[in-house]
Amino acid sequence: MTTVKEKEMIQEQFKVRMNEDELLNCMRCGFCLPACPTYIESGYKESHSPRGRIALMKAVVDGLIEPDEDFERSLNLCLGCVACETVCPSGVKYGHMLEEARDIVSQNKKYSLPTSIVRKTVFEGLFPHPNRMKNVTGLIGFYQRSGLQSIARKIGFLGILPEHLALMEKVLPEVATVKEMKNRPVHVEPIGKQTHRVAFFSGCLMDSMFMKTNDATIKLLQLAGCEIVIPEDQTCCGALHGHYGEKGGSKDLAKRNIKAFEDLNVDFIITNAGGCGAFLLGYDHMLKNDPIWSERAKKFTEKIQDVSEILVSVNFHKRVRLELSSQIITYQDSCHLRNVMKTASAPRLLLQSIKGAEYVEMKDADRCCGSAGIYNIIESEMSMKMLDYKMEQAKDTQAATIVTANPGCLLQMKVGIEKEGLSNKMRGIHIVDLLLEAVKQ
Amino acid sequence: MLSKVVKEKLVAIVSKENFDDAKTERLVYSYDSTPNLQSMPDAVVSPRNTKEVSEIVKVCNQYKVPIVPRGSGTNLCGGTCPTEGGVVILFKYMNKILDLDEENLTITVQPGVILVDVANAASAKGLFYPPDPGSMKIATIGGTINENAGGLRGLKYGVTRDYVIGLEVVMPNGDIIKTGGKLAKDVAGYDLTRLMVGSEGTLGIITEAILKLIPMPETKKTMLALYQDLEAAAKTVSKIIANKIIPITLEFLDQPTIMVVEDYSKIGLPTDAKAVLLIEQDGSPEVVNRDIEKIIEVCRQEGAVSVQVASTEEEALALAAARRTALSALARLKPTTVLEDATVPRSELAKMVRAINEIAEKYKLQICTFGHAGDGNLHPTCPTDSRNHEEMERVEMAFAEIFEKAVELGGTITGEHGVGVMKAPYLELKLGKEGIAVMKAIKQALDPNNIMNPGKVFAKEDRKRVVITNQGSAFRDDDKNRVVVTQ
Ligand SMILES: Cc1cc2nc3c(=O)[nH]c(=O)nc-3n(C[C@H](O)[C@H](O)[C@H](O)COP(=O)(O)OP(=O)(O)OC[C@H]3O[C@@H](n4cnc5c(N)ncnc54)[C@H](O)[C@@H]3O)c2cc1C
Ligand code: SF4
Ligand code: SF4
Repeated sequence: MTTVKEKEMIQEQFKVRMNEDELLNCMRCGFCLPACPTYIESGYKESHSPRGRIALMKAVVDGLIEPDEDFERSLNLCLGCVACETVCPSGVKYGHMLEEARDIVSQNKKYSLPTSIVRKTVFEGLFPHPNRMKNVTGLIGFYQRSGLQSIARKIGFLGILPEHLALMEKVLPEVATVKEMKNRPVHVEPIGKQTHRVAFFSGCLMDSMFMKTNDATIKLLQLAGCEIVIPEDQTCCGALHGHYGEKGGSKDLAKRNIKAFEDLNVDFIITNAGGCGAFLLGYDHMLKNDPIWSERAKKFTEKIQDVSEILVSVNFHKRVRLELSSQIITYQDSCHLRNVMKTASAPRLLLQSIKGAEYVEMKDADRCCGSAGIYNIIESEMSMKMLDYKMEQAKDTQAATIVTANPGCLLQMKVGIEKEGLSNKMRGIHIVDLLLEAVKQ
Repeated sequence: MLSKVVKEKLVAIVSKENFDDAKTERLVYSYDSTPNLQSMPDAVVSPRNTKEVSEIVKVCNQYKVPIVPRGSGTNLCGGTCPTEGGVVILFKYMNKILDLDEENLTITVQPGVILVDVANAASAKGLFYPPDPGSMKIATIGGTINENAGGLRGLKYGVTRDYVIGLEVVMPNGDIIKTGGKLAKDVAGYDLTRLMVGSEGTLGIITEAILKLIPMPETKKTMLALYQDLEAAAKTVSKIIANKIIPITLEFLDQPTIMVVEDYSKIGLPTDAKAVLLIEQDGSPEVVNRDIEKIIEVCRQEGAVSVQVASTEEEALALAAARRTALSALARLKPTTVLEDATVPRSELAKMVRAINEIAEKYKLQICTFGHAGDGNLHPTCPTDSRNHEEMERVEMAFAEIFEKAVELGGTITGEHGVGVMKAPYLELKLGKEGIAVMKAIKQALDPNNIMNPGKVFAKEDRKRVVITNQGSAFRDDDKNRVVVTQ
């Protein structure tokens, strides 16, 4: 519940903080409607469309409506996939408006005690601290290795979790030990002739839960002739904070990262998670009014590049022989990789160069899978609808392998495969893991 | 506010989940694509079939509650803005393609089907549904029929009107009628099908439509010609047609538009060019090649400074990019974009464009003109800012002059966007008092209680076009039942 006082404060803040030019810039042409997954899955409700959300934000600014529960519902149900931005003739920066609006709502609201404790733990106590992340993820590893997992599964303890969380538990990758996670390389030499000196943004979740994927990334970069620097004092990108109304927190993280990567003298900063990469790319906008940081942020963002882009640019797929057993592979875009980082053809090109495998494009591969950060946990009903649609399309390709380029999407694909009972004939995998598997030396 | 009885009756018809009067749900149907116009409905209902539509209309007719049928709300004339409140009707359930008849070359659809889905369903069978408004990926069949939407192919293939051959309509008293059919010929009485096309939701609710399809042309070729002289471009247009060639596309950009497009998309257009013509022809390969050859010759004769013909699909896309990005380029310039559609006979094109440029200068405004040169349908577009009231006044006056000029040249105030609220004050300019009297008589006969989309087409009083009030956007506050100013 939002109290009357809270509503008033939210309304005030909307007037002060929302960018009026941007709100007016939406000419309500509706071109974004067919691109919006929540508009489609809600049965064509304007209140769950980009045009509707912008109109609602503007109406709060104009004082035509109160920021009531329905209003919040509309904002919460948005995936933040920004597919709407890619088709907007007016160039409306919807993603920025959404972040600002969510920040205003969450900063002016007292959450119920349990919610507020969880938020505080996650946003302040966990993600900003790489080592704590590793410990928590380590716990998952312990759970998996100790036999607890199989006991829990046997007793049917997981039956009391909502379907989606139970599936999620099943598909978590095999996690490395805490010791392995804390013993990470900081500098790696290229294999063969050097092409670039790059820095690697390892990401909090990627460097804990998906550590093996990070190892694979480093290996591919090496094979692509990159000297790789992995600064130790980097931290979480802040995407989760930013998307869930904790803007302040994400700004601090941004500054720490900019500092960590600033003096490394590298050509690029490489990411392997679309969600992180896109958020890093937004640092310059986030800090644009900060006199000390705006220039530094700009320099930082100019260097951000997804791993698939650099691989293609140095002709990795031509230098290294890639081969797999005969199978159909398909690719699910990461929304942030595609819509924000504008990386869409590079991963496809890499996959198409694998000998033996046949690449089949999936219908609507660019539509969000419903993972969207922690959306699949908070809004699991909508998320599952979108996943069901996605799996239908995936099945149509007859693919044995669904490739993604972001950890959230990967987990969601795995959940989808479990849910459809397809785990014996279909697998989900991160693109770098598949490429490494295909490398024939 | 709806009275309790009306609400109960509507809920009984559509069920609870398809009736909404929550404030946020009403707000998102308070606008359409028309700049600076907003007004709250009292409720939003989503019927599932024709019978429910008819029952809703009967209730509204009995209690004199306004009805606003709404497709995707992309019209530019205020056609779906509930200026008098009432009930917005959505067709989100009535969105099925019912039948594609390859023997009769027809497709039968419900009103909520999106235009592009009709086009795709047709092309999957080697058939063609030509109307292609810029909004075709989101506009509905119901909306395009009621606005009689046009598009880029109007010159050769006509507009929506030319493809609607049968309708099912719920009349304002709730009666369900069927007009036309899967027939090329039908003279049984008045042509009610045509009466309903372009009626902007003021005469009834379309619940089903039979559309005509034609065979898909075999090939298409694209070319682009640049001019240093506006008249030369206009003369090219007339001369192509005088040579008995009707191209599928004959689009035009004026210099202010060229500058904006080049600035935005950097496609290498010379910004000193005075006009660009994008020309396409479709048909059998022999005809296309012959026509394109002839068109190239005409362009050269008329002094085109450059003529490019695409030899591949990609090249064709690149040439069409200038026209395709025109709206995006313009829309980004300023927060508010006023997009109009004054139309003149083809022969008056150059005069009209020149007049628009002079009017823009007179009122110190930026007005960029692009559009369908082949059929004289121009889109003078003004990037502005609705918060700047003084400038909005000038925009208002400039467009009034543009409309007057168009009518003076034998043209019209709107070629494809419709009258709605925005053009209502200018309708008399085009039709005269007598013309309006005829239309009002029809409206009065069919909808004596004036429940169907009231406040549209016919001006209430001498109201201005761009903004209802000179203060900013007008907003009808449902609770107080009056127009309040929000900015
Ligand atoms: C960027 C942009 C470009 C555009 N380009 C073009 C163009 O090239 N050519 C062109 O002609 N138009 C164009 N338009 C205008 C607009 O898209 C068309 O008028 C379109 O036909 C409207 O379709 P809609 O589904 O959005 O209808 P709406 O806007 O929802 O409704 C339009 C009218 O139809 C009525 N209506 C809707 N459904 C029904 C029904 N079932 N029964 C009775 N009445 C109904 C409404 O009451 C309203 O009066 C453009 C608009 C935009 C924003
Ligand atoms: S496409 Fe852009 S301008 Fe059009 S309604 Fe959506 S956000 Fe607004
Ligand atoms: S971000 Fe995605 S879900 Fe949200 S409005 Fe845009 S398209 Fe829809």
